[in-house]
Amino acid sequence: MRVIKNKSIIDDEWSLKREIGNTDPIPSGNVILPFPFWQANRDELINSKKCHAIWIDGSIEIETIASDLQYFALIALDFPTFKDGRSYSHARLLRERYDFKGELRAIGDVLQDQLFFMERCGINSFRIRDGKDIEKALESFNVFSVNYQGAADDSVTISQQRKFK
Amino acid sequence: MYKYDNYDQTIVNERVEQFRDQTRRYLAGDLSDDEYRPLRLMNGLYIQTHAPMLRVAIPYGLLSSEQLRMLAHISRKYDKSYGHFSTRQNIQFNWPALETVPDILADLATVEMHAIQTSGNCIRNTTSDQFAGISKDEIEDPRPYCEIIRQWSTFHPEFSFLPRKFKIAVSGSKGDRAAAMVHDIGLYLVNNEKGETGFKVFVGGGLGRTPHIGKCIRNFLEKKYLLSYIEAILRVYNKFGRRDNIYKARIKILVNDVGQEEFGKQVEQEWLHIKEGILKLGQKEIDHAKSFFTSPMYSKDAIDDDSFEKARTANEDFKNWATRNLYSHKAPGYRAVIISLKAPGIAPGDATDEQMDFISDLSDEYSYGEIVVTHDQNLVLPNVKQGDLFALWEKLKTKNLATSNIGLLTDMICCPGLDFCSLANAGSIPIAKQINEKFNDLDYLHDIGDLKIKMSGCMNACGHHHVGHIGILGVDKKGQEFYQLTLGGSSESDACLGDRLGPAIPKIDVANVIAKLLDVYVKLREEDERFLDTYRRVGIAPFKENVYASH
Ligand code: HEM
Ligand code: SF4
Repeated sequence: MRVIKNKSIIDDEWSLKREIGNTDPIPSGNVILPFPFWQANRDELINSKKCHAIWIDGSIEIETIASDLQYFALIALDFPTFKDGRSYSHARLLRERYDFKGELRAIGDVLQDQLFFMERCGINSFRIRDGKDIEKALESFNVFSVNYQGAADDSVTISQQRKFK
Repeated sequence: MYKYDNYDQTIVNERVEQFRDQTRRYLAGDLSDDEYRPLRLMNGLYIQTHAPMLRVAIPYGLLSSEQLRMLAHISRKYDKSYGHFSTRQNIQFNWPALETVPDILADLATVEMHAIQTSGNCIRNTTSDQFAGISKDEIEDPRPYCEIIRQWSTFHPEFSFLPRKFKIAVSGSKGDRAAAMVHDIGLYLVNNEKGETGFKVFVGGGLGRTPHIGKCIRNFLEKKYLLSYIEAILRVYNKFGRRDNIYKARIKILVNDVGQEEFGKQVEQEWLHIKEGILKLGQKEIDHAKSFFTSPMYSKDAIDDDSFEKARTANEDFKNWATRNLYSHKAPGYRAVIISLKAPGIAPGDATDEQMDFISDLSDEYSYGEIVVTHDQNLVLPNVKQGDLFALWEKLKTKNLATSNIGLLTDMICCPGLDFCSLANAGSIPIAKQINEKFNDLDYLHDIGDLKIKMSGCMNACGHHHVGHIGILGVDKKGQEFYQLTLGGSSESDACLGDRLGPAIPKIDVANVIAKLLDVYVKLREEDERFLDTYRRVGIAPFKENVYASH
């Protein structure tokens, strides 16, 4: 399976576990686990290996995962449909408020025309929806060369370029 | 007015190319209807009854003559030679072919215009007062702040997929002419007790099927915090606004559910984190925005001209027009001229290509080349010398643009309704026509005076019927067009929602029922009372009785 990471296409090191019972055995390998599973098996997981990944959707409050961020190499943000924009706020909070440095990945209904917004919010890897052209999706990053407002990316905003500050 | 620099122009040009590619992929079948829809909506492109409908943004209603000429050109080249000015200071084209929309956008970009975020679940065109910069009761010109908001909200990466559309209005004067109370965020420039100017912040106003008047969550916001504060509001809304039910997704529902106080608290909490961050406005940034909205060099002797007074005495028609279609100006000897787009027989808010070209020329000749769109669907020439008024009026008459009815019964707000809109339950434009035919006596209209009739073809309320002095809502009763009337609404500083008059009435009766309502008003009014004042004093009962008793 291929994903976009830092604007290039790579083979994915992670597999995504959408559903798993909280009492099921801990899967082996690099697995992105649902956050409730992490909560239920937290101590065991922390002792078992070093590298962890979870996925969350828009309904959780980002504050509830804040104290565990140090353990996560990757957090996947779910877009059940591209119209559900809550994960954009999650991404910015994770990057800007909680200073999360790991991989932030968009999963779910992830489409070319939203990548630009996602990237600006601090998402740096993308699992493009099945059946969509991942090469073409890369073009999304080059659509706009300037941005009005600051966000989680390091883009120099227009007001900075106009040298107001 | 605001002039694009390289950055603004680059963004708009890049947007045109992006949309060209998106449209090409859609037409090639690489994008489904469902995937293309939000992309085209974010560019103001609806698919309606007859054809696509393209909504072009007119930021805070301000147009240069060059821009209006381009709109005329677009209507001629790509549409049926007319455009429809909307209640949110935009213009809509009803008949463009989908394939040509990228070309239309490219044409618009050449005059610093676009259709970005004129639709879709994102932050829409920020609207304002049509008399911004010229009215006597202004605390401060709101347009620089509208422009600051426009730039911040354009392609906002976090808020482009909100639960629902989001509309912001800014009013700079005591009398609210921006309908700010019925916006998702309404901002009023106010002075605090120390004499500083800042914003009073309202949230959760809106019309549609569950209308709400905005609630104040902050009495005074320093200007430098304008963007950080609204970003905090948007973030709370993006996180907690309902997404399970499109009819409950507007911020008004959230504010109502959690309560005004609690919502305000959540915003303040969020704001504390970002207040001093990158969004804090520097004085230089504010001054830069302000530098675009300076007054022209008004001529000092404009006030000395007495031809206006003489013409007014000599010519009854001119006098009528001058009574209704002029607005007093902060500069002595100047007036703002309101060009009525509500001539009898014309769909309210429509202008032909020829009229648009003509108005552009007039604005160059008489008003420093600027035109403003009002949220009542008329156009304003903001800076006209009184000495020029008679000549201007003579010229307006030649193109059916001098109807003396501003603020009167026939200055109706009207949505496209069944004639164009696929969501409609009933027609609006035919009702406007019926009303115009019934009330064709100008003396009677002037005698009735201020009266705001607002009409929507369904409960989405594009025609603001909830806040009309008389509101008319089209409903469908077993396949028949019926109309539900409300009385006593207002969208100004005394904003409130109208009360239901009674059961809906059949289509043929609408104008007659309005006549009955006016009979009651004429009988009961005291001195200079407007219809709305009389209604507020006497209540709904006498009106109800006169309408339904004889049925
Ligand atoms: C014909 C195409 C149109 C369609 C499909 C359409 C659709 C809608 C819908 C669905 C709503 C309700 C949204 C809600 O309550 O959440 C709405 C509201 C509104 N529309 Fe339209 N509309 C159209 C044309 C217009 C026109 C021509 C105008 C101006 C004359 C207009 C101005 C408005 C306004 C001011 C609202 C106010 C409701 C609010 O923001 O609370 N629309 N429209
Ligand atoms: S009020 Fe209804 S009928 Fe009128 S334009 Fe809006 S959606 Fe269409």
